[in-house]
Amino acid sequence: MSLIHEIDYGTPVSKSEKLVTLTIDGMTVTVPEGTSIMRAAMEVGNQIPKLCATDMIEAFGSCRLCLVEIEGRGGTPASCTTPVMDGIVVKTQTERLKQIRRGVMELYISDHPLDCLTCSANGDCELQDMAGVVGLREVRYGYEGENHTKLGKDESNPYFTYEQSKCIVCNRCVRACEEVQGTFALTISGRGFGSRVSPGMDEPFLSSECVSCGACVQACPTATLNEKAMYDIGTPEHSLVTTCAYCGVGCTFKAEMRGDELVRMVPYKDGKANRGHSCVKGRFAYGYATHKDRILKPMIRSSIHEPWKEVSYEEAIQYAASEFKRIQEKYGRRAVGGITSSRCTNEETYLVQKLIRGAFGNNNVDTCARVCHSPTGYGLLQTYGTSAGTQDFDSVEESDVILVIGANPTDGHPVFGSRMKKRLRQGARLIVVDPRRIDAVRSPHVEAAFHLPLKPGTNVAIVTALAHVIVTEGLVNEQFVRERCDWDEFQEWAAFVADERHSPEAVQKYTGVDPALVRGAARLYATGGNGAIYYGLGVTEHSQGSTTVMAIANLAMATGNVGRNGVGVNPLRGQNNVQGSCDMGSFPHELPGYRHISDDATRAAFEAMWGVPLDNEPGLRIPNMFDAAVEGTYKGMYVQGEDILQSDPDTKHVSAGLAALECLVVQDLFLNETANYAHVFLPGCSFLEKDGTFTNAERRIQRVRKVMAPKNGYADWEVTQMLASALGFPMTYQHPSEIMDEIATLTPTFRGVSYAKLDELGSVQWPCNEKAPEGTPIMHIDGFVRGKGKFILTEYVPTDERTGPRFPLLLTTGRILSQYNVGAQTRRTANTAWHAEDVLEIHAHDAENRGIRDGDFVKLDSRAGSTSLKAVISDRVSPGVVYTTFHHPVTQANVVTTDYSDWATNCPEYKVTAVQISPSNGPTQWQEDYEDLSRKSRRIAAE
Amino acid sequence: MPILHALQETFGFVPEPAVPMIAETLNLSRAEVWGVVTFYHDFRREPAGRHVVKLCAAEACQSMGSTALAAYAEEKLGVAMGETSADGRVTLEPIYCLGLCACAPSAMVNGQLLGRLDTAAIDEIAHDIARDGAKEMAR
Repeated sequence: MSLIHEIDYGTPVSKSEKLVTLTIDGMTVTVPEGTSIMRAAMEVGNQIPKLCATDMIEAFGSCRLCLVEIEGRGGTPASCTTPVMDGIVVKTQTERLKQIRRGVMELYISDHPLDCLTCSANGDCELQDMAGVVGLREVRYGYEGENHTKLGKDESNPYFTYEQSKCIVCNRCVRACEEVQGTFALTISGRGFGSRVSPGMDEPFLSSECVSCGACVQACPTATLNEKAMYDIGTPEHSLVTTCAYCGVGCTFKAEMRGDELVRMVPYKDGKANRGHSCVKGRFAYGYATHKDRILKPMIRSSIHEPWKEVSYEEAIQYAASEFKRIQEKYGRRAVGGITSSRCTNEETYLVQKLIRGAFGNNNVDTCARVCHSPTGYGLLQTYGTSAGTQDFDSVEESDVILVIGANPTDGHPVFGSRMKKRLRQGARLIVVDPRRIDAVRSPHVEAAFHLPLKPGTNVAIVTALAHVIVTEGLVNEQFVRERCDWDEFQEWAAFVADERHSPEAVQKYTGVDPALVRGAARLYATGGNGAIYYGLGVTEHSQGSTTVMAIANLAMATGNVGRNGVGVNPLRGQNNVQGSCDMGSFPHELPGYRHISDDATRAAFEAMWGVPLDNEPGLRIPNMFDAAVEGTYKGMYVQGEDILQSDPDTKHVSAGLAALECLVVQDLFLNETANYAHVFLPGCSFLEKDGTFTNAERRIQRVRKVMAPKNGYADWEVTQMLASALGFPMTYQHPSEIMDEIATLTPTFRGVSYAKLDELGSVQWPCNEKAPEGTPIMHIDGFVRGKGKFILTEYVPTDERTGPRFPLLLTTGRILSQYNVGAQTRRTANTAWHAEDVLEIHAHDAENRGIRDGDFVKLDSRAGSTSLKAVISDRVSPGVVYTTFHHPVTQANVVTTDYSDWATNCPEYKVTAVQISPSNGPTQWQEDYEDLSRKSRRIAAE
Repeated sequence: MPILHALQETFGFVPEPAVPMIAETLNLSRAEVWGVVTFYHDFRREPAGRHVVKLCAAEACQSMGSTALAAYAEEKLGVAMGETSADGRVTLEPIYCLGLCACAPSAMVNGQLLGRLDTAAIDEIAHDIARDGAKEMAR
């Protein structure tokens, strides 16, 4: 194993189909038109010296090292900015070029500290390499004159330093920030000799507009922008390609190691989801894996009021198994169940549901997708026939109109956000449907053509109103609908949406959105070229979540925006493996591959393979589990990698349910909030410590590779396997690849998937089988999976959660760039530098009425509960709407969210809660009581 | 650019707090606006003195003795190159080529071009500025 070196072609690939043939250093090269001479040379392995060029960004032509000679032409053009032409003869190495390059290099080095031996980038520095390549032997200018070698360091960013003295002002960082990330946080201040890279207005990195995505660090050819880990640990010596364990984008990284220590995560250019880009979480926030809070030994206790006792794996597993058996004997087979994790691998998820169905003998298995994207699965299955998004992320590069509904890509899915912004800067138009003015609405060089700031909970009304405009103004793509959809159902739907009560003017009383904006947005989506819809939890986490998903599907079908590149319906999945956990049969009614548990043939295949009879009755969904626990019929639970107490709505109800359990087994990295109610704690293992696969939002199955031994001794799948065996349902997999082989055998959409194929292709998008051996980037190309696309009527039904005199404001919740979900990981990293606590965004009008000033502590009350946190006055939210995040357990935003949920899937209505805000001087009773319980519950007995 | 010119015109300089406002209005980042402001020396970051003396420091003028002349001017005007006197009377700064190389060393005083400078010319400039100062005092 050695360090993976990716080839830097110097300039981006040309997508032209026309080919050009030329001669470089006597070799004939054929490349697409528009390719630079530099790239063409690299294609045949001739590396032209360069400093300011790198293939993630456009050519710039400033460093003057890459000069070449072209026969019959005067001068020495820069090979990065000169495109190839048919028949030209290029020389990249001549005596004249050598002299020029040496001279240029001499000037660079005359203003660069000569501390290579003690530099953090020693051995990882392009300037150093180039000095060697051009044969620099002396610097004649001396160091007495004015230079920059004494400038100081900016260490404000927790993850990287900006060492100005080493900067050669090649502009790569500035261009990467603009072109790759799209934040424009960097510039060159001053001019000439005074030119310096400047974050914001010569500010420290941390307080500038920088979002710490790492693109600049990646682009820097010197030690100027360098990971702090490179100072602390040294340069890496080997690396492995793996998949990020944060959001549903599923970025591919090289985990660069030194022994068994992770030095840095570097985005991998061959990663098909991220194309070499990253965000602050995946790039830098992996420190949680080695955080001191991690629990590495199994623990048990007979009551949650006792301290934990550390025991061996064997004892913990035996105890858990005996408890589950005891409970089943006493309360019945269906009195136990479990929850699979959307953060664990496909293989692990598969095993947990297999354990529940096979060893527990019931179908009480659910997953956190219940509380996020279950309506996506349901809605898209009903309309199109597949419980997944229709596109790959590359598709956005072909979109002309992008409709973002209830998603905040620049915070929640930053790498996709950057790819989307890049397309917008190329001229695509954007429509945002969101109660809050998210960054995509207006941020440097991106401005939405329409922002529909609807009242939370009125998605169905607004999307149906968009359909009303499309139908009544004759914007339907009739040819598409006739060919691809059920025409009778379409006509019924068209008549339904055309009704005056669905007009933008009529629904304004619910949505609060100016009808002219709705009409404009509908016209743009229907007529602006390739229209792509991206949506998130702002769509699904509502009492009508499934209805909105179907309304979105209708919209795409009616305008013919399905089944080709650049269009489609794209759910932005929250967690790294939400798609995978759903695919793996984590739902109480579905076996892997979304096949109903009552289907005899499917069940028979699993029974034959697993050697046990399966229950044909769907089991309990997560909210039903809590209800049943409170009721006393559900007594034991196995929870892998999910903090249900903090993430599920109506915390008080959840805690009552958990407290009523006789045996709660929690498998996690940390003593999370749920573990406060647990009797058995099984240490979990991070994505760095195990093999497996994750499936991202584009159905892409990608390898997770073990880069270090599990710190807790076992990978999660091994622990599940031990528990299953102890329950009398032996599992004997030697490697996760064997689990995948079993999944492939049993699941038609995965039939062609194997670790060998993943290693060969890098990744595949399911369906991957006989029909599509290399996977399926875009779905429904020749027809919908279900046959004819199904239009479904979407009647708007206002939620039962209403504002009134006691609770006059609507709370909606979301997340922020630097933190992830319940924060179990990101709170244990330096990402807290950006977001140390949850705050409440409130409009100045509502704040003024309540005597609340910016930064005041406020109490947030709902019908379900109350909590307190700091208020921030913001014009991102409209009057009447307040917003917060749920990353921190001290706040527990979910104490106030209610148990209302989606009619079809029980996905909780996180996004709409009627609340009241009042000034406060401290934590609420609940917060104090919980803090107390939490402190007591986390005690571990001394050995 | 027109916004920066207008600010420079109105305030005599581009106040730093204006940069985020311009960025917000034009939907640019602060960094981008800052890059432009700092690129042009004539977009001042702080107010200039009532008189502005720009001495050419480019090659042609250097060869005709502008470096020594600059030192003389610093002494005579009582202000270092690139700075404004404490009383706000005069700003002395270098400029890189006024296109008057044939008449080097050259300068621009309050927008007016001067060529073939010598110490006497500097004395005269210093005298005029001092007299103007006295006039102000009298007023």
